[in-house]
Amino acid sequence: MNGLTFDIAHLLAGSLVLISFMMLYQDRLFALINVFALHAVVLALSVAWQAYIQDAHHLYITAAIALVFKAIVIPVGLHRIIQRLGIHRDIETAVGIGPTMLAGIGLVTLSMVLMLRVTPEADPLAREDLAFALSIILLGLLVMVTRRNAVSQVVGFMSLENGLVLAATGAKGMPLVVEISVAFSILIAFIVIGVFLFRIRERFDSVDIGALDDYRGERR
Amino acid sequence: MNSTVALLLCGPAALLATAVMAAGASRLAAATRLVYGATLAISAVLLATAASHLAGNPGEASATLPLGLPWTGARFRLDGLSAFFLVVVNLGGTITSLYGLGYGRHESQPHRVLPFYPAFLAGMNLVVLANDAFSFLLSWEFMSLASWALVMAHHRDEANRRAGYIYLVMASFGTMALLLAFGLLAGPAGTYAFDAMRTAHPDRFAAGAVLVLMLLGAGSKAGLVPLHAWLPLAHPAAPSHVSALMSGIMTKVAIYGFIRVVFDLLGEPAWWLGVAVLLIGGVTAVLGILHALMEKDLKRLLAYSTIENIGVIFASLGLALAFKANGMPSAAALAFTAALFHVLNHSFFKSLLFFGAGAVLSATGERDMEKLGGLIHRLPVTSFVFLIGCVSISALPPFNGFASEWLVFQAILRSPELPQWGLKVIVPAVGGMLALSAALAAACFVKAFGITFLGRARSAAVERAHEVDRWSLAAMVVLAAFCLLAGILPGLVIDSLSTVTLPLVGERMPVQMAQPWLSIVPIAESRSSYNGLLVFAFITISASLAAFFIHRFASHALRRGIAWGCGFPDAVPAAQYTAVSFAQPIRRVFGGFAFRSRETVDMPAPGALEPARLKVEMHDVAWEIFYQPITGAIDFATERLNHLQFLTIRRYLTLVFLYLVILLLVLALWP
Repeated sequence: MNGLTFDIAHLLAGSLVLISFMMLYQDRLFALINVFALHAVVLALSVAWQAYIQDAHHLYITAAIALVFKAIVIPVGLHRIIQRLGIHRDIETAVGIGPTMLAGIGLVTLSMVLMLRVTPEADPLAREDLAFALSIILLGLLVMVTRRNAVSQVVGFMSLENGLVLAATGAKGMPLVVEISVAFSILIAFIVIGVFLFRIRERFDSVDIGALDDYRGERR
Repeated sequence: MNSTVALLLCGPAALLATAVMAAGASRLAAATRLVYGATLAISAVLLATAASHLAGNPGEASATLPLGLPWTGARFRLDGLSAFFLVVVNLGGTITSLYGLGYGRHESQPHRVLPFYPAFLAGMNLVVLANDAFSFLLSWEFMSLASWALVMAHHRDEANRRAGYIYLVMASFGTMALLLAFGLLAGPAGTYAFDAMRTAHPDRFAAGAVLVLMLLGAGSKAGLVPLHAWLPLAHPAAPSHVSALMSGIMTKVAIYGFIRVVFDLLGEPAWWLGVAVLLIGGVTAVLGILHALMEKDLKRLLAYSTIENIGVIFASLGLALAFKANGMPSAAALAFTAALFHVLNHSFFKSLLFFGAGAVLSATGERDMEKLGGLIHRLPVTSFVFLIGCVSISALPPFNGFASEWLVFQAILRSPELPQWGLKVIVPAVGGMLALSAALAAACFVKAFGITFLGRARSAAVERAHEVDRWSLAAMVVLAAFCLLAGILPGLVIDSLSTVTLPLVGERMPVQMAQPWLSIVPIAESRSSYNGLLVFAFITISASLAAFFIHRFASHALRRGIAWGCGFPDAVPAAQYTAVSFAQPIRRVFGGFAFRSRETVDMPAPGALEPARLKVEMHDVAWEIFYQPITGAIDFATERLNHLQFLTIRRYLTLVFLYLVILLLVLALWP
């Protein structure tokens, strides 16, 4: 493999991990969504680069889907939701930024050690890609568990899915139909969660999911 | 796809369709007739198909349906073993449906029974046909759930609800054990088709583990001690014809599962595997019949007696394993044939006896033997066929129970040829246990028949009893005829079992129908032979002669005189022998270790007017040693884990996340 193509793929995947880290310390919702949009743009670039070096034209469609939906439609939609809910001034993290970053570093280390250990004979590009993808998935989960606001949990979920797409494109030969169906399921999940957000809001005057627990009569 | 298998698969499909139809139409007046008529017809067709396959011996046939796991499919296969068990299941299904045509009319809530009855039959058929672990477990669980619904048919009774709960717990436990056993058999490659398991031979440790898991899984369904505790609660709780199916047929399906795995899929056994099965079988036989003797509820007595017979069958299977492991295929074939023959016989007489108990129940509304008595005058036909059932299950010639138990003992008598000293000692000991249980079974059924049908009526309901309907009587008479026929023609049954034994133990018993005068000669003429026809003819002729001479030379007239009243001034029915008093000597002999029983006498002070009381305290040892600690531990754990049910969404996510990280860490750090 050409050294430059490998380096560029590596750079793009590495930037995705870096942007995942950026998500961990955003305590404003707008900033979080902007970072997510950036995440999606870099994902689209990375997928497009994979399409170029693997000479797999259908991956361009994947990249276009990522760009259109995840970098434009969903962030714009989330922006509007936040404005209509009037929560753009909220500051929220359930866990402090320092411990979260440390946990994120630990997770990236774990996924590197694990992936490099279990795939010694795989193609080096796919290996690195899988390791990065696992890191992004774990960081997305971490975003989900450290946030209390439903919108930021949605963002965490979407970034997790970005990691899945990265893993799928790095491993050669994912059929387009799978890719499209994953993209659609994400879109539908987004719509459903959006509807739910408004319903929760209507009922509890808040999208802090703690309100749900209060409603159940649980102590926290 | 083979046409026979396709036909056999259409049967369960038709039964399921009947179940769906019954669910919709169960409140119609004609529903009872319709459902039992349909199951009767379908079971009869299945019976004919399976029997012709068994008799025709065309080998194996299989079919794969595109259902179930995507890379396995739902595989079904018909070979000698499954054909034999299909005969057992569908013969039981046919006759039970015939009985149900009459008995089902007394059902107060038919919509709780009718939909599940065909489903239960379909489940049992599918278990026997399944050829991969997934369809086997699915059918097995379906069978368990359908029978659970039938146990819960009269759920307003508190005791039935408890029985249903315990049954459900034990059934899930058994299925879990089966799941683990199949997991071990599938190996790391995860091949769940039986064909693949048959060629892969697990190592010694895995084979032992599979046997233990099968004893737990199939054994808990069949009722092996100490996993039997649910059985005497659940079987009698169902309507009587369903009790007959559960006790007579479903336990046999469990035995089928055990044979399929241990004799077919597991490959060559080690000799010590047989020891475990033998010992458990012997202990089960003795404890089952001792419990039956102590029982005064007629249906529970029958359920406990099922445990005894399962013990006999498992002991015989253990013997077959031991012989097979030592390269003695002819002896293994003898023990294996004896076990299968007893499977068939037990399905006959246990169904017959449960039908009889159902007839008594519908005629009098009583299951408690202490309130019955004298029914021989009220229910003459029922009491005659019940007597035949009692004689058969007590293993008295010329009926079928004797033929199969005799074969078991013939197999035990070949144990001195075994090379291991352990087996040489254990097999005769188990033989002693089986002999003891046979004798106790005779006592038990003398009690069951004597207290229920002889003597004088102990309650007013009994005096008003009338003979039951013709459908029920027809079903019982057919079964009684089968008991007699299988006792007179054992050679026919043994020969038709040859296609079952040959592939599983590598040998068959010598051809019996070639013997003159319907004798059976299991090993050699010089060692032993039995002729049911001769015994039957001798008993019939001598009894007829005796009756003739008595009536010829004694007085013709029936005379009624005053019986000696044992010193009681007024011989009330309560002064008769009771079920408890009949069993008292045996309780005194065995009660100390089997039940930890204690008798205390409460003597009133001299001059006080209250009566003296004799209190008997008995414990189910298995219940106290095995069940109570386990339920206690589960209660403790669930109490501790209960608050996990009320966490916040974020905490649930955190738990999942932490679990994932831990798994990844384990993977990363694994050497």
